[in-house]
This record gives sequence, structure tokens and C-alpha cells, in this order.
Amino acid sequence: MDVKTHQFDVVVIGAGGAGMMAALYASRGAKTAVISKLYPTRSHTGTAQGGIGAALANLDEDHWEWHAFDTVKGGDYLTDQNAAETLAREAIDAVIELELMGLPFDRNPDGTISQRRFGGHTNNQTKKPVRRACHAADRTGHMILQTLYQNCIKEKVTFFDEYQAIDLITNDGKVCGVAAVCIDDGEIHVFHAKAICFATGGWGRLWETTSNAHSLTGDGPALVWRAGLPLQDMEFFQFHPTGLYPVGLLITEAVRGEGGVLINDKGERFMERYAPTIKDLASRDVVARSIYLEVQAGRGIGGKRYVHLDVRPETVNRYLAEAGEDRRVDAAYILSKLPDITDFCHTYLGIDPTKSPIPIQPTAHYGMGGIPTNLDAEVISTGAGTVVPGLYAAGEVACVSVHGANRLGTNSLTDLIVFGRKAGKAMADYARQADFVPLPANPAGKIVAEIERIRKSSGKTKPYMIRQEMQKVMMDHVSVFREAPGLQKALDTVRELKSRYQDDLAVDDRGMRFNTDLLEAWELGCMLDLAEITTLSAMERKESRGGHSREDYPKRDDVNFLVHTMAYPEKGGIRIAHDRAVDLSLGYQPAERVY
Amino acid sequence: MKVKFRIRRFNPEVDKKPYWGEYTLDNVEPTDRILELLHRVKWEQDGTLTLRRSCAHGVCGSDAVRINGVNKLACKVLVKTLDLKDGGQVQVEPILGLPVVKDLVVDFEPFFDHYRAVMPYFMPATPRPGDGRERRQSPEDRARFDDTTKCILCACCTTSCPSFWASGEYVGPAAIVNAHRFIFDSRDGATQERLNILSEESGVWRCRTIFNCTPACPREIEVTRAIGEVKLAIQRNGR
Ligand SMILES: Cc1cc2nc3c(=O)[nH]c(=O)nc-3n(C[C@H](O)[C@H](O)[C@H](O)COP(=O)(O)OP(=O)(O)OC[C@H]3O[C@@H](n4cnc5c(N)ncnc54)[C@H](O)[C@@H]3O)c2cc1C
Ligand code: SF4
Ligand code: SF4
Ligand code: FES
Repeated sequence: MDVKTHQFDVVVIGAGGAGMMAALYASRGAKTAVISKLYPTRSHTGTAQGGIGAALANLDEDHWEWHAFDTVKGGDYLTDQNAAETLAREAIDAVIELELMGLPFDRNPDGTISQRRFGGHTNNQTKKPVRRACHAADRTGHMILQTLYQNCIKEKVTFFDEYQAIDLITNDGKVCGVAAVCIDDGEIHVFHAKAICFATGGWGRLWETTSNAHSLTGDGPALVWRAGLPLQDMEFFQFHPTGLYPVGLLITEAVRGEGGVLINDKGERFMERYAPTIKDLASRDVVARSIYLEVQAGRGIGGKRYVHLDVRPETVNRYLAEAGEDRRVDAAYILSKLPDITDFCHTYLGIDPTKSPIPIQPTAHYGMGGIPTNLDAEVISTGAGTVVPGLYAAGEVACVSVHGANRLGTNSLTDLIVFGRKAGKAMADYARQADFVPLPANPAGKIVAEIERIRKSSGKTKPYMIRQEMQKVMMDHVSVFREAPGLQKALDTVRELKSRYQDDLAVDDRGMRFNTDLLEAWELGCMLDLAEITTLSAMERKESRGGHSREDYPKRDDVNFLVHTMAYPEKGGIRIAHDRAVDLSLGYQPAERVY
Repeated sequence: MKVKFRIRRFNPEVDKKPYWGEYTLDNVEPTDRILELLHRVKWEQDGTLTLRRSCAHGVCGSDAVRINGVNKLACKVLVKTLDLKDGGQVQVEPILGLPVVKDLVVDFEPFFDHYRAVMPYFMPATPRPGDGRERRQSPEDRARFDDTTKCILCACCTTSCPSFWASGEYVGPAAIVNAHRFIFDSRDGATQERLNILSEESGVWRCRTIFNCTPACPREIEVTRAIGEVKLAIQRNGR
């Protein structure tokens, strides 16, 4: 097969918020290309609803230190405190930068950026919710994605749209390029580069019920893993408490930020029992588990597997009055703050959320783990922090780790902007002083062989069968609650599916042009790799912390597990080690988490 | 229930001309989205069926197609909204006016070229505030262009526009919507340049106010109204 070769100082893989932020900065100092399997504006950043967190203090007293502490506590103390500091300090300037790029935030009467409440964000003195989430209605991510793409057009950033990265190329262990398939004609291209940044987003499609796009299949972590590098904290995958029942699409926490409450079959506001101080605005892991427990206790609506999210003005006002607040809302206000949510409820369920409560269930949402990096977005290869020269990662795919065991709402968008910018700057600096590592002979040889194997596969198992089985077993045994026998079952199933994927795959489309049958099958291979790593990482963490809840080890164990999980690829399998220390430099000592 | 799908197929690698592929699905629920059903056809029956999709809930703009002759996002159409009887038929084709790459996938480059041509980016009217903070904007000024910030570049409007079908030179409603978003932003200083671009031969005057675009928009943007406001701004020489 013909292989075309390109040369750039910097190649960014992914054109979501993190990728485009990195590209804007890198291209100011180095010849840069962005390759993305989707048109940039189709990236999943565009679906982010509620807001981007920064202690602007436009409405309430706020300080970056409070934001940093909330992030550490939200992460159940697995958050690296130096990373939380960087995030919270630089968030302020990052949000201002977005506004200066033209982002149309909602406004306060004095013309400053509007902010609202979000789960886990508090005034550290009173412990009450603080307005920290900067937003543009309930389409903040859409506005970020559009604004960044617009600025990329303005600054003439080079894009390879609908090119899918399928291999990270190394020479003698050194990173030197990326192989990608041009989806339109099926040709393989090699991008020779000094610096490469992964910004490929999440992998929620490992699970049956998810808020994530079909395209979020974990290609980035799989490529890094296959190049012989470790992945960090993969057992920590966040289940967002409020996915629309039954489709799983996300209903933003902003609904609760605006005053919405969770109600069980008996009409109780049950979060009062689980989080007496901030109730429905407790951290996501806490709320997801509470819903799960209510359902298990038979208090799901009509005995089914969901509860209600009630944002009807009369309900909101009743609880506002109960809390002694002066604020009151009406249907027009709810509509103006949550137009897209209203539209989703209408389109997918035929209900008006100002008139009927919304049925919700927890949904697979966000990967806290991923490709391990340091504070400059450089990828590391050991628990001690050995840097891999020329390799970077930013956004959801990266694990800095700023989110620890559980991410707070609004902190991902902040992460994209803060660490995307750092990656871009670092790569431009690196490219200035580094030389190209030569490409190996036949750089795309191995991956072309793998692609041809899939294209010609003529077994009996269609990719969707394997995918659905994987998604089901991950949902049943590696979701909100976990225990040893279920994890073992998931591991056995995933391994069996992997062997069928190798030996019995059936792909219909043998063509070159826009062959999504082939690419979906290739993506399934990535997901199977990540499912195995996730399950093994979960088995080895014998405690409960943040998004990882073990029924057989219900307590947090700071003596043995206040440490990151590293999964290393080794001949013959996966080695799990707990050899990356948690940074405690802000001095926040692990405490019991009460909300 | 049972639903029949009639899908416009064309793979230039193997087909001389386009044809209709027919597929029957059992166990369809009224709440199923057309996107899920297209996936079922692809996954269970014929892997060569090709379409774009990503978010599955109407915000990424990937899956604009013609469903029973009307431009829609496949992920936003529920079976129950199509008024089908058991065994009824749904027809799905690529959107019109852009070259077909394969089956339901069209070439978006001409569409994005028009978008890029209208300077769809912020050109500040004033220098950065000296205090290192955000530019201020009143809630009223912000509301002025709220509607057109919702655009997801799905092309439902442009590919339902008879003027665009007649000439691909016309920038089309989507590009005008995106120009509107900046023209009416009080912080922006490039209004005149954009109005100049849009008053050219390929610009707003090609719009005959036929109104196809507004009902086509899955984001419920008042497209024709935005175009009208841009026309007025050109006549008034400013916003
Ligand atoms: C419904 C929803 C609502 C959310 N709301 C919020 C919120 O209010 N606040 C908040 O902070 N966070 C929110 N999040 C989380 C946040 O939106 C995401 O974590 C974040 O947008 C991820 O951005 P990213 O740039 O890392 O990746 P993405 O935006 O997902 O982009 C990934 C990019 O990688 C590309 N790509 C992937 N694989 C390949 C490959 N193999 N080759 C080439 N390109 C590839 C894709 O084309 C895409 O351009 C929400 C998430 C969801 C799902
Ligand atoms: S109103 Fe104008 S842009 Fe819209 S469909 Fe008609 S001619 Fe096209
Ligand atoms: S204006 Fe509406 S229909 Fe047109 S591209 Fe934008 S979102 Fe799509
Ligand atoms: S798949 Fe994203 S809009 Fe339909």
C-alpha cells in the first residue's frame, strides 16, 4: 500500500477543546498540524453543558485556594495537589482569555461573566455552595468549541479533518511520528514530528449507558499503551448521577445548580439523608451512589431503575423558601437558563421539565485516569515521573492527575484550557531546540498489516456483537459498585471477547472509501484493551475511593492506597503497580469526606 | 413494530449509479431514534452502509440527512414522530446540494469554505481592558445575538435552500447565520468588512426569502430573520 509522508514540528491528535487550545499555542511558535477523526466542531467538547469553573468572584466571594481545595476533596484526596493548584490558579486567566477570544458568556447586570452553583464547589468557610461555574446558557462547551475553532481559522491553523490516528510510531523506543488513515479515501499517511500531543478525549463507549459520543472509543490511550507506555488510574471512571432515562444522555448538574432536586418514589428529597449540608449538590460519586442505593432499596420510581429530577418552579421555590433564601424562579427563568435541557426532554421524552419531573439514572461519563503526564503536559513512563521526550497529552485523555478519584463538574473544561495551553507552549519550546528523530524503515508496516487483517476478516462474529457484550459486562460489574467476583467475571469475558476479536471477526466492507465498518472494528480493539486494563486496575485497588466503590472493601484505605495506580504493558500481559505517589504539596491531609 | 427502510445507496468505488437499498427491521420501539435504526441496519444487516454520526443527541451536527424528504438530524427524529403504521416505510437520503462521497456521507468542504469566507471569528472593537479582566457586555447586548450562537454547522438549512441548489456559489444561510453572530456582537469591530463580503454577488441578495431554511434548523434558529437583519444592516451601512 502507498504511504504518504508529511513533516511537521508539532502534531496534535484531536480537535476538541484541549487539542485546539494546544494547536493555537503551538502554531504560534512551530509548524503545527492537527489531525482529527471528526470535523473539529463535531468534537465532544461541544456537548458540555453546565459551565467552566474559575474563581472569578463575580458574584460571590471566592478564591483560587477554595477552588483548589474543593478539587482535592472532590477527588477524594487522590488529586495531585500541585496539579489542583495549577488548575485553580490559572483557571481565572484561562476563562478571561476565552472571553477575550470572543466567547459569548452569559452576563451579570454589570456586564461581567455570569456564574452559577455546581456540585462540590463551596465557600470553604461556610461550606455552602459558591457561584463559580462560568457559563453560556447550558451550552458552554459548544461555545468553547466554536470559539476555539473560529480562532484557529483566524490564525490559519493547519487541520487534517477526518484523518484517524491509528499508530504511534517509535524508533528504537523514541517517539517520532503518527500513522493515520484518511477516512475519505482510506490511504495511510505518516506524520513525522518532533512533538506529538494526544488530545483524543474520553472512552465512555466502554459502557452500555453513557453520555459519551459514539466516537469516544479510547483510541489515544490504546495507541500509547501499544507503544509500550503505561496508563494511570484507569479504574476511576465517573458515573454522572443524572443521565436521561433510558437513553443515558446527560442532564447537566446545572439543573440542580439552578435549584432542581432529586426525588424518590416516596416523594422524598433523599439527598438530605446522604449529604445533609449541600444535599443535591454533593460530589457526583456521592450522588450517583445515593441514587443507586435508593433504587436498590426499591425506592426507584414505580420500582424501576430511575428516580426523578424535579426542576418545576413550585418545587424549586418550596425548597428555596425552606432554606431561607429570597430567590424565587419561574418557568421563563428555567427556560432561559436551561434551553437545551428543555429541548432534550421535549425531543426524547415528550415532557416539559417546568411541568413534569425528569426521569434520570447514573450514566458513564468521564475518565479521570488516562495517559500519565506531569504539570507541563509531558507524558511520563514511570511512577517516578520519567519524561518521554516529544510526547504530550492534554484534556480528558490525560491524567495529570487533577481530578483524582472523582472529577468535580466544570473542572474538565477548565482542565482543557489550562493544560491544553501548557501543552501548546511546551511543544513549541521543545520543537525549537529538538531535532527530528528519524522514522524507522517501513514506519507504517505493522499497522497496515493490522488494518488489512481487519479489512479481510471473514469469521462469524460481527463487531457489534463483541461491543455489546463488552458494554454489558462493564455496566454490570465495573460501574458504580464493584466487587471481586463480578470483576473477575468481567475480566474473563473481556479476555474471551479479545480472542474472538482476533480469531473470528467478520467485517462486511472491504473497500477503501469512507470505510466506517473497518474503522469501527479497529476502534473496538482499542476499547477491548482499555476494558481489560480498567478491570484489572479495579481488581487491584482493594478500597473504596471516589468513583471506585468496592462492596467488598467499603472503606477508603489511606495507609495502602493513597497512591496512583499504574498499569504497565509487559510481555504476556498487564502489570499493575501502585508506584506513583500522590502530591500533597498544598498540605491538605486526607480527611473524611462529608458534604 | 416492524419498519421498512428505503435508503439511498451509492459507493463510487463499485456502483455505476445510485440505487435504493431496502431493509426491514423488527422490534422497533416508538421511542427509537432513526440514528439507532440506521445503526441496526449497518451492524446487523449490512456493514457497508455508511453514515456520519457522533454525539447521538443533536449537538454535534454530524448526521444531517433527508428523512421522508425533509432535512433532519437522524439522532433527533423518533420513530413515533413519523406517524408510521406497523410495517410502514421510512426513506433516508443524503442532504442535497453537496457531492455524495458514499451513501449518506456528503462532501462538507464546499459548506465549510462558505463558512470560512464570512470571517467567522471575533475581531475586537476595543483593546484588552487594562485591568486584565473580561470585556464587559450588558445582558441586553448579549441577548441581541443569542439565537445565532446556537448554530452547530449541520448544513440542514443550506442544503434545503433552493437558491443554494440553483448555485453552489451562494454562501447559504448557515454562513450568514454565523456572520450575524459577529455582526450583532457589540464587542466586535469588523461589521463593515463582513457586510461587504455579504453584499457581494454570492452573498445575501441571492436569498429570495423562500423560508425553507428556518423550519429545517434543528436548533430552532430563526434563520430567515437573521438573514433579514443582515440585509437591513447592509442597507443601513451598519448594525
Ligand atoms: C454531555 C456532557 C456534558 C459535559 N458537561 C461538562 C461541563 O459542563 N463542564 C465540564 O467541565 N465538563 C463537562 N463535560 C466533560 C467535558 O466536556 C469533556 O471531558 C471534554 O470536553 C473533553 O475534551 P477533549 O478536548 O479532551 O476531547 P473531545 O472534545 O472529546 O475531543 C476529542 C477529539 O479527538 C479526536 N480523536 C479521537 N480519536 C482520534 C483518533 N484516533 N484520531 C484522530 N482524532 C481523534 C476527535 O475527533 C475529537 O476532535 C461534559 C461531558 C459530556 C459528555
Ligand atoms: S430564506 Fe433564503 S436562505 Fe432560506 S431557504 Fe429561502 S432562499 Fe434560502
Ligand atoms: S443555522 Fe441551524 S440548520 Fe443551519 S447549520 Fe446552523 S444549526 Fe444547522
Ligand atoms: S449525532 Fe450529533 S447531531 Fe446527530
